[in-house]
Amino acid sequence: MPVDTPLTDERIRTESWIARLMKRPELGSIAGLILVTVFFLITANSAMFTLSGIMNFLSPAAQLGILAIGAAMLMIGGEFDLSIGSMVAFAGMIFGALVVNLGLPLIVAIPLTLAFAALVGVVNGQLTIRTGLPSFIVTLAFLFILRGLTLVGLKALTGGSTQLRGLREATAQDMLAPLFSGEAFKGLFAALARSGVIDTFPNGTPKVPGIPVEILWFVGLALAATWVLLRTPAGNWVFASGGDANAAANAGVPVRKVKTALFMFTAVCAALLAIMQVMDAGSTDARRGFQKEFEGIIAAVIGGCLLTGGYGSAIGAFFGSIIFGMVVIGLTYTQIDQDWFQVFLGGMLLLAVVFNNVIRKRVTGER
Amino acid sequence: MMQDSKFHHGEAATTAPIIRLEEIRKHFGNVIALNGVTFDVRPGECHCLLGDNGAGKSTFIKTMSGVLKPTEGRILIDGQETSFSGPRDAQDAGIATVFQDLAMIPLMSVTRNFFMGREPTKGRGLFKRFDHRRANEICVEEMRKMGINLRGPDQAVGTLSGGERQTVAIARAVHFGARVLILDEPTSALGVRQTSNVLSTIDRVRRQGVGVVFISHNVRHALAVGDRFTVLNRGQTLGTAVRGQISAAELQDLMAGGQELAELEGSLGGTI
Repeated sequence: MPVDTPLTDERIRTESWIARLMKRPELGSIAGLILVTVFFLITANSAMFTLSGIMNFLSPAAQLGILAIGAAMLMIGGEFDLSIGSMVAFAGMIFGALVVNLGLPLIVAIPLTLAFAALVGVVNGQLTIRTGLPSFIVTLAFLFILRGLTLVGLKALTGGSTQLRGLREATAQDMLAPLFSGEAFKGLFAALARSGVIDTFPNGTPKVPGIPVEILWFVGLALAATWVLLRTPAGNWVFASGGDANAAANAGVPVRKVKTALFMFTAVCAALLAIMQVMDAGSTDARRGFQKEFEGIIAAVIGGCLLTGGYGSAIGAFFGSIIFGMVVIGLTYTQIDQDWFQVFLGGMLLLAVVFNNVIRKRVTGER
Repeated sequence: MMQDSKFHHGEAATTAPIIRLEEIRKHFGNVIALNGVTFDVRPGECHCLLGDNGAGKSTFIKTMSGVLKPTEGRILIDGQETSFSGPRDAQDAGIATVFQDLAMIPLMSVTRNFFMGREPTKGRGLFKRFDHRRANEICVEEMRKMGINLRGPDQAVGTLSGGERQTVAIARAVHFGARVLILDEPTSALGVRQTSNVLSTIDRVRRQGVGVVFISHNVRHALAVGDRFTVLNRGQTLGTAVRGQISAAELQDLMAGGQELAELEGSLGGTI
């Protein structure tokens, strides 16, 4: 070929850093977080942004976030799981039965619970892949199946009650318990309180005894998921499977394995949350995790995940969950009726979906 | 015959074929899709497979790329008889297929697409990771060789034109060691300029010694780059012609199976 193409194309302007930033999937959730923070800085009681106030809203944010990060990974991989809320109750029941009824130590009970959840994930995944049905329908079925099994199972285990108690007593002495319940870094917080860095009660104990463990799991999970998505071949396979399963399979990506693994991961996230909630509360209940599947998916969408898959981020879901926790708890620090929360939820979802569509068009250069 | 001095045309006739398919027959129940097709590809040539819709082109490509098993017939690679048990087998033998619209993921960056399924890694164990820097370097370099200057390796494939996407897919296949490249209707959805880009990409690839199978129903595109032309009609080969021995009109006639088109062409004034 005689024609030498020039190294730069005069028709393409160099992108400003703002334009580059605009293409990050998590941009919307960061902007939303700033907006919500400013809103509460103006309207809420100043107690909201003290250390204890922050822990107050980060704790529910973390609980939702553990679900949302799983949901986000699965959505990027092109599938939905509507059964994660029911999975929280189901895994809670399995965990309760293993610990209370069978008297197993946590080191056995926790892996078994997670394995049970992973198995349900495999069933969800294989059914979706083999039937070719939308995962929306398959997992909707499991939303009811798991919830029903939990109700039936709990009544069988307890002789008629839908609550299984006695978990605190059964796990209090277990050496693994501090990993899944209570607060971490208690010594550090006590020392900070003594030196006057953080607020204390009149008797000298710190107002915040430590960081709730779910927050640490939440942060750890977000970092791990981000690492996998952005820095490993497996992450590339997740994006590819969600972007176009056919093209990915043609290029040699093991699409079926990737999707099944994602269903397993999502279910395991739900089970992890169940274990922490059950150990904190000391009992498991058939209503646990009710409608959490929607909140998890909404947090993922606020975090920039496209409903069609192939795009999104775990960090976005992380911020999306914090927005959630902030609003749920933040409204109690204001004069605003708390029931506005639901209105906010719907509004935020709509806004996020519209915004994500605009971003997608920018990324793909659609006009 | 359209004269075209733009492209180099190989002295392919003397070299031994990389892949040769002999007397391939494929039946689907009582439907005979292929009824004795013989076809080969030599290194550094562009062998065009022409045929109208329903002629059996897709079935034949799928046989060559290992997706379908022939009912009868032999497949020889470097003279050795082989059988493909799946597309992976064919890929391992160096037979790569670029599908028209199923190759790229628009939302992902060019680099991520380029290495999809075959990511270079660095580190070990838990820290084994996608080597983005090396991937980006290779990708930009390979694309530059094909005459495309990327804005950046993180540019999404969705921002590329259809022709550029084909080129990425071709560059990817060649980088990963394709010896035979099957291009399924690479130009049928493209505009004039993009078509010429893809045709020149085919020329670059051919000069690297890769055998190209160019499937098309557009005679002019085929004549622009092809070294040999095989026409399929109703599941049979109607013969193979070498460049310079056949005119566009003759090819067109063969594809249509003779009469009908000749009459039509009269009334349309030779515009097809």
